[in-house]
Amino acid sequence: MSKDNQILEEFTSKEYEHGWSVNYEADEAPIGLNEDIIKWISTKKEEPLWLLEWRLKAFKTWKTMTEPSWANVKYPKVDLQSLRYYSAPKQSNKPKSLDEVDPELLQIYERLGINLNEQKKLQGIAVDAVLDSVSVGTTFKATLSKLGIVFCSFSEAVKEHPDLVKKYLGSVVPMTDNYYAALNSAVFSDGSFCYIPKGVRCPMELSTYFRINAANTGQFERTLIVAEDEAYVSYLEGCTAPQRDENQLHAAVVEIYAAKNAEVKYSTVQNWFPGDKNGKGGIYNFVTKRGICAGDYSKISWTQVETGSAVTWKYPSCILKGDNSIGEFYSVAVTNNYQQADTGTKMIHIGKNTKSRIVSKGISAGKSQNSYRGQVQVMKRADNARNFSQCDSLLMGDRCGAHTFPYIDINNSSAKVEHEATTSKIGEDQLFYCNQRGISTEDAVALIVNGYAKEVLNQLPMEFAVEAQKLLALTLEGSVG
Amino acid sequence: MLSIKNLHASIEGTPILRGINLEVKAGEVHAIMGPNGSGKSTLASVLAGREEYEVTEGEVFFKGKDLLELAPEDRAREGVFLAFQYPVEIPGVSSTNFLRTAVNQVREYRGLEALDAVKFLTMMKEKMKLVEIDQKLLSRSLNEGFSGGEKKRNEIFQMAMLEPTLSILDETDSGLDIDALRIVSNGVNQLKSKDNATIVVTHYQRLLDYIVPDFVHVLYKGRIVKSGTKDLALELEEKGYDWIKEAIDSEATV
Repeated sequence: MSKDNQILEEFTSKEYEHGWSVNYEADEAPIGLNEDIIKWISTKKEEPLWLLEWRLKAFKTWKTMTEPSWANVKYPKVDLQSLRYYSAPKQSNKPKSLDEVDPELLQIYERLGINLNEQKKLQGIAVDAVLDSVSVGTTFKATLSKLGIVFCSFSEAVKEHPDLVKKYLGSVVPMTDNYYAALNSAVFSDGSFCYIPKGVRCPMELSTYFRINAANTGQFERTLIVAEDEAYVSYLEGCTAPQRDENQLHAAVVEIYAAKNAEVKYSTVQNWFPGDKNGKGGIYNFVTKRGICAGDYSKISWTQVETGSAVTWKYPSCILKGDNSIGEFYSVAVTNNYQQADTGTKMIHIGKNTKSRIVSKGISAGKSQNSYRGQVQVMKRADNARNFSQCDSLLMGDRCGAHTFPYIDINNSSAKVEHEATTSKIGEDQLFYCNQRGISTEDAVALIVNGYAKEVLNQLPMEFAVEAQKLLALTLEGSVG
Repeated sequence: MLSIKNLHASIEGTPILRGINLEVKAGEVHAIMGPNGSGKSTLASVLAGREEYEVTEGEVFFKGKDLLELAPEDRAREGVFLAFQYPVEIPGVSSTNFLRTAVNQVREYRGLEALDAVKFLTMMKEKMKLVEIDQKLLSRSLNEGFSGGEKKRNEIFQMAMLEPTLSILDETDSGLDIDALRIVSNGVNQLKSKDNATIVVTHYQRLLDYIVPDFVHVLYKGRIVKSGTKDLALELEEKGYDWIKEAIDSEATV
């Protein structure tokens, strides 16, 4: 057995850090999926009739759809009837502010390193904390509202800003878009809503921290971000879940709308429970994320660091409708043990002089499978569209797989599309070189991997970048002897 | 400082080293010469702890410690430095970042405090002069796109930063033009002290004009077959290796 293989035998020693759960008294929907459940959720959330009708319509469509099978992932079929679609911590009085939120719930976040106390919090990041099916609190709401920025839970937005929600909900990801998006449209329970009015540059990072706690419960959240003309916002998303033997489903929808000259930066550090080293348990992460650069000169930039989940199926995309609009996708996806990831992006060039840039860095270890799937589409009237794609794969050991599926569809002869791809292995040579300088093998792997992913990590806001670097090192800890 | 006794090593079952004996004391410079395939680079790799070589017999003590028992990183931390014949590229990791990690891990092992950014940069600036290396080069990805000369200079720069007690230079002269050779040798000479030792592995005598050895050993078929002073190197330069090969080979057939 070569050293590389021995190295990888020891790859799995690190336990998932956020695998704990707490017991809280829950307000739960009965198990199963049918119209009554959807009505139950809608009633629970005191929703207006139009939204219930929207949900039911989505459900009706969903029933006619089949689960997609084109992704390069294998997993047993999820029995959607055995899941619970709503689970929320019971709170006797609806808290009006963070001070009234049950301290025990706040403690969950504190344990995850997310302090929801505004005084203690790092300046410059506002957080919406979503636990299972509901948002438990949002920080800095008042500060932001002075600028006209709305940042709150989705449920609250439905109540307080129904016109905005009605206008944009489903406008980027239609309820019938795909199997999981339709399911989400029918049963979504909460998420974050963010609205930046015309000409406002959001002064702090907005972030949502998603935590799945309950067992046998799917998390179906929706995030909607609207940036009006000349607005700017940087938005962060983080996620963790307890370690459980059963697989859990997470099917989210994120919609971004960018008007003229608006810019939205969306960053994700996804660290859902990936399953244990034998591939038992873990989150099925089936997510639809899409943004539309509706206005001229608008820009949407996706950055993702994907380290968790048993199965990931996720393609944050940009519809470049406005002339001169820009779409970007920066991704690091790490898979270890039996994890499977099929992730990438779609860049749809509709407007003239639209530009897109794709940088995807896959890292596969253990017996995992890591696929990049990306589509670049240039429509007929998209004169002078430009795309640059770079897809790199880094392999650790010889039992994992890296795959690249680029789709290019050009309908305008003035388009310039470039695609570069590389595959490399962390070599014994590199490790030995580091060792010979006194660097431990574990730190050498971290160094090499972070160097490899640098171009993507550089896109993340500072605090997140540090976090992501640690996470990469942690995910690969024990990978080498 | 270094004591090698009857060292045998093989790779994938093929014996390469067949009984090396060598004593290196502090303050000394030893040159290991020999024809291609004689086992020079293997000796360097075995001392540094490269795992594809299997030590089948013999022992190596370094400052009283059983070197062969130590992991490669611990050998480095104890003060063994190998200047690679082919330095490895690490994309996305700057030389500065790489070295800071290395220096601080070595310091930690030796019970010293980690250097903060300011102290580290001060030290770097000072050592950079030794090998006339440009700071721009050090902010680039380690060895990526470096010329042959830049890579070798970077090796000696790292050596200066890590302050080893035993430096092994593996064919450091290969691929260097005469100016680079002078700069690199100059750096090595300045780092020389009564407390450290250097083993220079080379095919050509040329390097030894610059780095003057106290002892020269000729390696052939995995053994040191001849030892002498720097005059031996000059003799080899003049006569080649054939006379030694013939002498040894005829001995073997007797």
